[in-house]
Amino acid sequence: MIVALSIFLITIGSIAFHFWSPWWWTEVASNWGNMDDTILLTFWITGAVFVAICFFVAYCVWKFSYKKERRAEYKPEDKKLESRLTWATAIGVAALLAPGLVVWNQYVTVPENAYKVEVFAYQWGWKYRLPGEDGKLGKTDIKYINDDNPFGLIIEDPNGKDDLLVDADELHVLKDRPVKFELRTIDVLHNFYVPQFRGKMDMVPGIITYYWLTPTRVGDFEVLCAEYCGTGHYAMRGRVIVDEEKDYKKWEAKQITFEKMLAKSKKNDNLQLVKKEK
Amino acid sequence: MSDEQDHKLEAKSDYVADASSVSTPDIDAVPEAELPDQELYHSHSWWTTYVFSQDAKYIGIQYALTAIGTGLLGLVLSWLMRIQLAFPGLGWLEPSSYYQFVTMHGMIMVVYLLTALFLGGFGNLLIPLMCGARDMAFPYVNMLSYWAFVVAVLVLLASFFVPGGPTGAGWTLYPPQAITAGTPGYNGGIILMLISLILFVAGFTMGGLNYIITVLQLRARGMTLMRMPLTIWGIFTATVLAMFAFPALLVGCLMMTLDSLLGTSFFMPAMVSLGETLTHEGGSPILFQHLFWFFGHPEVYIVALPAFGIVSDLLSVHSRKTIFGYRMMVWAIVGIGALSFFVWAHHMYVSGMNPWFGFFFATTTLIIAVPTAIKVYNWILTLWRGNIQLSLPMLFSLGFIVTFLNGGLTGLFLGNVTVDVPLSDTYFVVAHFHMVMGIAPILVIFGAIYHWYPLITGRMMNETLGKIHFWITFLGSYAIYFPMHYQGFVGVPRRYFEIYDSPYIDTSTLLLNKFITIAVLIVGAAQLLFLYNLFASARLGKKSEKNPWKANSLEWQTPQMPPEHGNWGKELPKVYRWPYDFSVPGAKEDYIPQNQPPSEIIGAKVEKT
Repeated sequence: MIVALSIFLITIGSIAFHFWSPWWWTEVASNWGNMDDTILLTFWITGAVFVAICFFVAYCVWKFSYKKERRAEYKPEDKKLESRLTWATAIGVAALLAPGLVVWNQYVTVPENAYKVEVFAYQWGWKYRLPGEDGKLGKTDIKYINDDNPFGLIIEDPNGKDDLLVDADELHVLKDRPVKFELRTIDVLHNFYVPQFRGKMDMVPGIITYYWLTPTRVGDFEVLCAEYCGTGHYAMRGRVIVDEEKDYKKWEAKQITFEKMLAKSKKNDNLQLVKKEK
Repeated sequence: MSDEQDHKLEAKSDYVADASSVSTPDIDAVPEAELPDQELYHSHSWWTTYVFSQDAKYIGIQYALTAIGTGLLGLVLSWLMRIQLAFPGLGWLEPSSYYQFVTMHGMIMVVYLLTALFLGGFGNLLIPLMCGARDMAFPYVNMLSYWAFVVAVLVLLASFFVPGGPTGAGWTLYPPQAITAGTPGYNGGIILMLISLILFVAGFTMGGLNYIITVLQLRARGMTLMRMPLTIWGIFTATVLAMFAFPALLVGCLMMTLDSLLGTSFFMPAMVSLGETLTHEGGSPILFQHLFWFFGHPEVYIVALPAFGIVSDLLSVHSRKTIFGYRMMVWAIVGIGALSFFVWAHHMYVSGMNPWFGFFFATTTLIIAVPTAIKVYNWILTLWRGNIQLSLPMLFSLGFIVTFLNGGLTGLFLGNVTVDVPLSDTYFVVAHFHMVMGIAPILVIFGAIYHWYPLITGRMMNETLGKIHFWITFLGSYAIYFPMHYQGFVGVPRRYFEIYDSPYIDTSTLLLNKFITIAVLIVGAAQLLFLYNLFASARLGKKSEKNPWKANSLEWQTPQMPPEHGNWGKELPKVYRWPYDFSVPGAKEDYIPQNQPPSEIIGAKVEKT
């Protein structure tokens, strides 16, 4: 009796917790609200199965508890029942899978007009690079990384000259403009994760990975690293700010191009030479 | 060698002679033995009996106790981590120690506790007894297997004492971070971890070959494959999986050792480590992930399948009812085992591998849900119209059904590639895998220990202590892991030493952390009750009658209980039926042991098995 009741109460308690606990996802800030929908669908289907099976177990435990004089039913198989259950499960599983695959197809298909931004991860922090006026990100190589060229841009690549280098952990993106994050790391695995955006992808040294999204509401969001990357993993935070056009332009205007950065560091070198000569 | 062949010939000719001499069909006939009776090694001293034992029963107990001892360390590590998560203000741990504890906890629990306990422990104890053999096929190799495991554990523990401490790379040991300077134990601890795993695999292979060959070759007369208890089917299939899966781990470990010690670049691309350019070039970190998960996913089933098998038997015996749909259950075990090699990359949806793989692996992963669901249906249909005894093994089995169901269903979230994107690398994953391959199999282990304890010691474990242990463990661990899923929905990432006051996280989420930690401490402490019961009952427990649960399978039918060396006395048992003939209409008792000949149960309406 107590056992059956406990299983019953655990089931009821789980449902109650689901509906009345304060812990639920953050308000979505990208076009990936349909990921939330697939989760909800999964919740309804699996939740129903969970409740049905738990109640069934509780009922059996209550109804068929041991009595010395009674014998259990002797029925090793029931082909019909087994095949019915198999088909019902297969249908339920297909109902979960199909919408999931549709959304995944959208997730891995980047719209052509997406604005490319490089997210640059290192132990333990974030930097960003924008394509500049030509709309193209210049090529990079890890061998080029030094104090004057912290992003390791290949100096000979003309596409890189006008790239805007954001040497800070804060990125601004424009509301309602699709953006493709080109994810790059110079050391270990990282993962560019903003809970409100829902999207995620590991960054792998040696290759450029990506995902895309369209920010749908203005706000200031925290960036977290979602792939374990060593002792400082938990402190690897950044910010993404979704702006309306005016604010975005203001921020963009403050960023410097690669060319200017090189010129500046050359000037610094010259100054230092002059100082030394004196 | 020639002697053996002679024996074989003799046995065969006997068979022919028998067949021709019997003119009327004998209802008690079983096929003749195809192999001569096994010759056993007999120990002569205390050392060869209890320490370097070649008797599978002792080796099983040795494996189990070593695994449980190592598991206790894993449990203590989880306490330390949880205290840090709930009370970050205490300054209780350094981030590096936190990550080291996370790593060691994970690896110990998955490999050194669960795998070793299910296959090394229950495998050794139950395979010969349930199949009706005198021992494993190769007792000496079996002994080596255990001692290789001991050395592997010692090497693992030694990593706590090397400079830099044990590795803090996470139990998945992903390179490049596992062997570069930003991770604790990157040059000492990780090497010992890799060596320990290599030793474990070597030792396990020796044991595994034994399990497989014993099941295939040494079954008693009449014990067809489709009359084997599901426990044996589970352990057998899991061992076959392990034989295919562990080599992937082995080569992964070897290659990473070379990368670290000799500067090769299997997994290491050109990279900068904390400001310093390394000499590696051209390697692929994702290759390691493929190798790791090609082992890692079957590993889930290496733990789960024995649990599936054992729980099927516990449910059947303690509800006095045939297991429902035995043949489906066998095929589901085999099917899950086969499919488990085609789903590994569902751990890698957001790893940066070609995203188009997502379609394939999401599909295969959801297909595997079908045979798994069949198993759940058949367990609960076994309860239906049963005669359910709420003994300790039954309580733990019921606990298993609830937790496994919960954890299995959340697998449908994570396996479905799109749903996985927001949830991966959050506490939802942590909650899911603890529920499904932590708590659920451990509840089965407890049930199994309470069930087979009298077979090992001849005494019963204390029922009251056992019940307290059950309720705290079952309700407590549900209270730990059920709410944890919701932290994952909020988006709390896993492997965070401290979450700080992130703007998107409600303070109540941190409060939930405190609640979970308190539950962890209580559930952990309750295991002391179990340990006390386990050791004290060997002396103080109530003496058990023979076959105390009135089970049908062979391990309870030995001439002595606990069984002696060689298990079966003079003559090996003969098997006439499957182990699930409970409550047969027309039979005097509500159970018919596998070795009871049909002539003794005339009138019982058994179905042919």
